Amino acid sequence: MKLFIMTILNGLTLAALYFLVASGFTLVFGVMRNVNLAHGSLFLLGAYVGFDVAEATGSWVLGAAGGFVAIAILGLLLQVCIFRFMEGQDLRQTLVTIGISIILADVMLAVWGGVTYQFEIPDALYGVTRLPIIKVYTTYRLFILLIAVVIGLALWLFLDKTRVGMMIRAGVDDRDMLAATGVNVHRVFAIVFTIGAGLAGFAGVVGGSALSIAPGEDLRYLLASLVVVIVGGMGSVGGAALGALLIGLAEQFGLAYSPTYGVVYTFIIMVLTLAFRPQGLLGRRA
Amino acid sequence: MKKALGVLIICAALAVSLCLPVTSQADGVIKIGAMATLEGPFAVLGQDGMRGVKLALQQWNYTVAGKKIKLYTMSTDATPDSATRAARKLVEQDKVDIVIGPLSGSEGIAVKDYAHTQPQVTFFNGISAAQDTTLRNPAPNFFRFTGDGVQFMAGVGEYVVQVKGYKKIVTVAEDYSFAYTNVMGFLLGYCKAGGKVVKRFWVPVGNKDYSTIVASIPDDIDAIFVALGGSDAVNFLSQYEQAGGDKPMVGGTVTIDQSVLSSKGRRKTYMIGTPSGSAMADNLDTPSWKKFVAEYKAAFPKGFPSPSVFAWGYYVSTVACLTALDKVNGDLSNNHKAFRETLSKIELQTPSGVVRLDENRQAIADMFITEVAERPDGVLYSKVVKVVPQVNQTLGMDRKEFLALGPVGRNNPPCN
Repeated sequence: MKLFIMTILNGLTLAALYFLVASGFTLVFGVMRNVNLAHGSLFLLGAYVGFDVAEATGSWVLGAAGGFVAIAILGLLLQVCIFRFMEGQDLRQTLVTIGISIILADVMLAVWGGVTYQFEIPDALYGVTRLPIIKVYTTYRLFILLIAVVIGLALWLFLDKTRVGMMIRAGVDDRDMLAATGVNVHRVFAIVFTIGAGLAGFAGVVGGSALSIAPGEDLRYLLASLVVVIVGGMGSVGGAALGALLIGLAEQFGLAYSPTYGVVYTFIIMVLTLAFRPQGLLGRRA
Repeated sequence: MKKALGVLIICAALAVSLCLPVTSQADGVIKIGAMATLEGPFAVLGQDGMRGVKLALQQWNYTVAGKKIKLYTMSTDATPDSATRAARKLVEQDKVDIVIGPLSGSEGIAVKDYAHTQPQVTFFNGISAAQDTTLRNPAPNFFRFTGDGVQFMAGVGEYVVQVKGYKKIVTVAEDYSFAYTNVMGFLLGYCKAGGKVVKRFWVPVGNKDYSTIVASIPDDIDAIFVALGGSDAVNFLSQYEQAGGDKPMVGGTVTIDQSVLSSKGRRKTYMIGTPSGSAMADNLDTPSWKKFVAEYKAAFPKGFPSPSVFAWGYYVSTVACLTALDKVNGDLSNNHKAFRETLSKIELQTPSGVVRLDENRQAIADMFITEVAERPDGVLYSKVVKVVPQVNQTLGMDRKEFLALGPVGRNNPPCN
């Protein structure tokens, strides 16, 4: 019983982390049809930058903010300087993002080396929280869950209640029509890419504090967000949440109850989704 | 016409491939290829391994018996196929005479299998320590001057039961051949001395999230045996501590190593006093060890406070290679015949004692039972508690009897 509840909590908190990474990924894809395979690199770079900021200032919160801002700016630059010039050329954009991810991975290895970094998380979040039945649970992981819920709500409010959000949703449905109504599509794209990249950088700090940051994490999170987004449905923030939940729980239950085959469950879910609902659980047919 | 051209190209390729090894020796250059995990979860360990190779080559000034040494390096990521790829590149493209590496257990088995197909090249193990790299179906041109995971743990199991009094433990280790070997080495002695294993956890290499495993560790145990390397160990330990875990630890060889001990974090007080076993110890009190540490520090100011077992292993392997090359005067003719005979009989002086090889070209060497201690300046190090002299691959058992224990695996030894 204790193990079961623990596993649910672990699954939920891992899902929260996956959601943070995948929400930006799915936003960008939904609006721009750009499969940004450099998303994992943005995550890792955000973590490194956040680590340096946190070291320099001694404040974890500033580190997280630094991760967000730095990667948001980088995202904006990528959109304005590179992706703008290859709009609508899906394959070329995808290849360029792979190129960027390879370059970034090597640059990061050169600057930060292969060492594993761990954040000093604030004392308030360090240690355990008392809970019924399972007695204690890591405070920081509960905090991630909270952050994911807050970010999820904020994204929902932003997309559902604001004018820019309306444009973004319209862009997801029909990009050409949106442009035809006189909206500056480029500005919408830039905003979406900035937010998406910023979220990846922020997730880097949050995730790096829960686990650790090291070379190779970029691919791990890229793969995780790809799976999450494929299962949940490309372009849907709700789908990212649902997909993250499924994958997070599957991974943790796999590890707890059948460690040898733990990895397989994630991919079984993906295969089943692709076989029976290829657009994803909450996705719409393209 | 097309066909003729094809035949011509094949002939040309054959001619080139047959000629090249000869020319490379003739022009007075010996090509050495080194591979280590410079990517992935063991990246830091691989980096330190390469320092070991370079330190040895620097001591020889990149020349042996009047011939220049040319070093080629390749990176792997701890998977067997990456190691095979690296070895193929070094052997088939760079045409090296000697390969040094790899670092990780399953890589070692893959490279040994590849060595069977390349009799013209001599392979020196880096620090990979899976049992079957040399115990079963060894390659005649593959030499391992470092112990395997079982040898590293010689005596630790008995020590933990008799001195520390840990009778019930769980094991947490990575799910691959080296960790199997390391756990087996520990359990062989531990179970014989009367210890019991409550549960064994096997996690994939590169696993980040240990929360489920930490949650599954039962309460009624005396200690946890942790055999995780590099960032895996750092992740597990900090998550275990953060979740309020308080059971003492027994460390696997690569867990109680500078690559983990010197990483940043809050784990220090938890780790002090943790017993472990290795082929070296940070505070060895011999002149040759002190000289090795001093030279390492002088050559690599950005390295660890003291060389890791990975730097040590690659260093020992490279020194073995260069010493034998000196003895045969750089003669690699006749498929390295004289060179290999010298290697098989060598009594190598290493920073941690004398190393000899058995009939499978596997090291027989001193092993050390250690405990973690803290230097006045706050640096953690492994302190020698006991030296187990000249441990062989079968822990002194009869070879047949030892082979009958079966290959390493998740449930071997059963320990009932």
